[in-house]
Parts: sequence; C-alpha cells; structure tokens
Amino acid sequence: MSPTLAISTLTFRGPWVLLRGLPDRVPGIDQAVSTESINANEQADRQRAAWMAAAQAGDQRAYSRLLSDSVALIRAVARRQGVQVDALDDVVQETLLTVHRVRHTFDPSRSYDAWLSALASRRAIDALRSGGRRDRREVHDDFAFESHPDRDDASKHTERDQEAQRLREAIKTLPPGQREAIEQLGLKERSLAETAERTGRNTGALKVNLHRALKTLRDRLHGEP
Amino acid sequence: MSDVSRHDALIDALGAELTPVRRLLPPWVRTVGWLVIVAIIGAVMLSRYGAATMLRRWDAAPDLGMAALGAVLTAITASLAAFALAVPGRSAKWAWLPVPSALLWIGASGMGCLRAHIPGMHVLDMHGANDCLIFIISFSVPLSGLLIWLLRRACPLRPVLTAVVVGLASASASACLLEIIHNVDAAASDLLMHALAVAIVIGANALMGGRLLSRA
Repeated sequence: MSPTLAISTLTFRGPWVLLRGLPDRVPGIDQAVSTESINANEQADRQRAAWMAAAQAGDQRAYSRLLSDSVALIRAVARRQGVQVDALDDVVQETLLTVHRVRHTFDPSRSYDAWLSALASRRAIDALRSGGRRDRREVHDDFAFESHPDRDDASKHTERDQEAQRLREAIKTLPPGQREAIEQLGLKERSLAETAERTGRNTGALKVNLHRALKTLRDRLHGEP
Repeated sequence: MSDVSRHDALIDALGAELTPVRRLLPPWVRTVGWLVIVAIIGAVMLSRYGAATMLRRWDAAPDLGMAALGAVLTAITASLAAFALAVPGRSAKWAWLPVPSALLWIGASGMGCLRAHIPGMHVLDMHGANDCLIFIISFSVPLSGLLIWLLRRACPLRPVLTAVVVGLASASASACLLEIIHNVDAAASDLLMHALAVAIVIGANALMGGRLLSRA
C-alpha cells in the first residue's frame, strides 16, 4: 500500500482508527503518515467540539450530526471495554441519553472525543456490571440443562404420536353417526348447536352418539371388549 | 426495529427536545466560589475571636503555622481536584493534586507533638480534643453538602474518588477554621483527634457522597 493511499484510508476511516487499536495501522508507514492521521483526528475532534458548542446553544441540526457521528466512537469504546457485540447498541443508547443529559458539562475548548469516551466508558462499565449481576441471579443454560431435565423426552414425544395415530385409526372404525359426533364435537370442538346445524341431526342424538363413541374408543384403546 | 433505526429514532427524539443549556463554569471558577463561602465563615470567626491567639501560636511554634498552611493549601487543591474530577473527560490524576499539601499538613501536625511545648499555653486534654473532633465534623457536614450539591450539576463519573476528595477538602477547610479558635498547643491526643475527624469525614463522604454523586 502506498503512503498516499494509506493516508486517504486512515482519513476516510475517521478518528476512530486510533481508538480501535492496531489492526488498522499499516506497518512500514513513515512518521508523516501517523502525523497526518493524528492531524485528521484532531480536525474531526475540533469539528465535533464545534457542533457540540452549537448544540449547547440550541442548534438541532448540529446536534443530530454530532450524535450520528458519535455512534461509531461509542461502539469502539464499548468494544475496548469488553462489552459483547449484542450489548453494544444498548450502550450506544444509554450513552446518547447521558450525552443529552450532561451536555452542559462539555467545554468547547477541550476535546469532544475525550469527553464522549469518558461517558461511553462509564456506560460500558455499567452494562458489564448489570450483565454480571444478571448472570449471578439467573440460572445459566448449562446449569439448567444439567439440573433440570426435560419434562418430556424424545421417546415421550414419539409415544404421543403413536397414541394419536391409534386414536385416529380407532375413530375411522366407528359407525358413521358416532364418528361424525366425535369429529365435530371432540376434535373440532364445535358446539352442539353448531354441529346440529351442520349435520342436520338433533342435539339429543349427537349427545348419545358422542357418549357411545367415547365409550367405544375408551374400550378399544384400553384393550377392553 | 433494527439497531441503526433505533439509534436514528433516539437521535431524532433528542434533537427534537434540544434546548439551549448554560455551560458549566470552569472548575477553578467553581472552586473559587466554594472557597469564598469558607472564607466568609473564616472572616466571621476572625471578627468574633480575633487573630491574636492564632498568630501567637504560629510565632511560638512555626510548625503549627506550617500545618495551618498545609491545611489551607489542601482545602484549595482538594476542592479544585473535586471540581475537575466531576467533569467528564478530565484525568483521574487530578486526585493526586492535594496529596503534597495534605502531607505537609499531616507532617507538620505530627512534628508539633515532638518539640517542646509552647510556654504559657496549655496542652489539650481528652475533653478538649473531643471538642476538636466535633468542630471538624460539624463544619465538614455543611461544607461537604455544599460541595456535593455543586458537583451534582456536573457529572462525576468516578463518584467515590470524587467524594473522597470532597471529604478531604471539607475536612481541611474545617481544620483551617478550627485554627482560628484553637488556642492550645499540639499534643498526640489532639493530633489523633484531628486525624480521626478527617478520617470520619472522608469515610462518610466516600460512603454517602459517593452514592449521592453517582446519581448525577
């Protein structure tokens, strides 16, 4: 990679390059490049400080640009603190809320990045602590798996499938009237009135058929005559 | 809602409710404000009790004068450190600022116990030493309260460290005020009571002040 390209890459990536650590640094690049990138970082930092100064005076556009621009730095700081990827966005949200609440504490003559990094770092530590507290309070997956076996294991599931199959076959062998009653009232859970309307039978006959069907099925499934 | 749009929605909401804010004054200006309150209390006490006894003590035993100077410098540097620590992004090294003056204060006070007593000035008994303890604690409570109230307008990200420095500032300021009416020679019991009072004030601040500041 040529030094010129390296400069443009570092500049394009913005000031977070140094915060993210070494992988973005290119070995063999001379002193001029690092000076260049530091200058770019300082300029970007000053720009953000100017936006915050404007936001302190009530400039909504500068504020929105500043907050959007801050998200990447907050994420970088949180990552550096050891926050897991799935919790990063919560830290971003909390930090943005803190920035809003304490925006009066920023001194525009000083670094915005240092100010924001301090807030983000604090919120990242809070997230790590609350995560630690939650982990202590809640049962870990591994522990739960070892200590609390499933109520229904795989063979139970198969047994239930087989029972359902036997029931379906037993229903098929029922006389038409009883089969109709058990299908409509038992399996489809329709009301007596609804079933009576659909089948054209009166409710009394349906009740008798259902009763007989249940008795027949009970006898067959439990092996009684 | 995806995380990017979650952030965008929050940024929009925060932007919509943005109002102009009054910027926090620099730490040194806020420090001067707190010290002015302490100075006013000191001026009232001087007008009531006069400075003659205090000056005679210092003249007879320069180490007591050095201890008083150490206490004054500790009050100034510790309060400045507390106001600086309460601003996000300021270095935690600010907490070291009052250490040299605190060493001067403690060292000179300790030296007072080793030299010959001031002629004509009585040495404090335990009853008098208790009064010192009560004086330092009872002045430290409102001075600490005022500092914590002022610091809550900032955003102390290291609440316990800040509260410890607040305790040091208010205890040393109280010791300065005590110096005005402290017409006794140094003794081990006196030094012990001073040390105990300072430790109680700092400890209480670390426990209670830290909690108050962490809500900021």
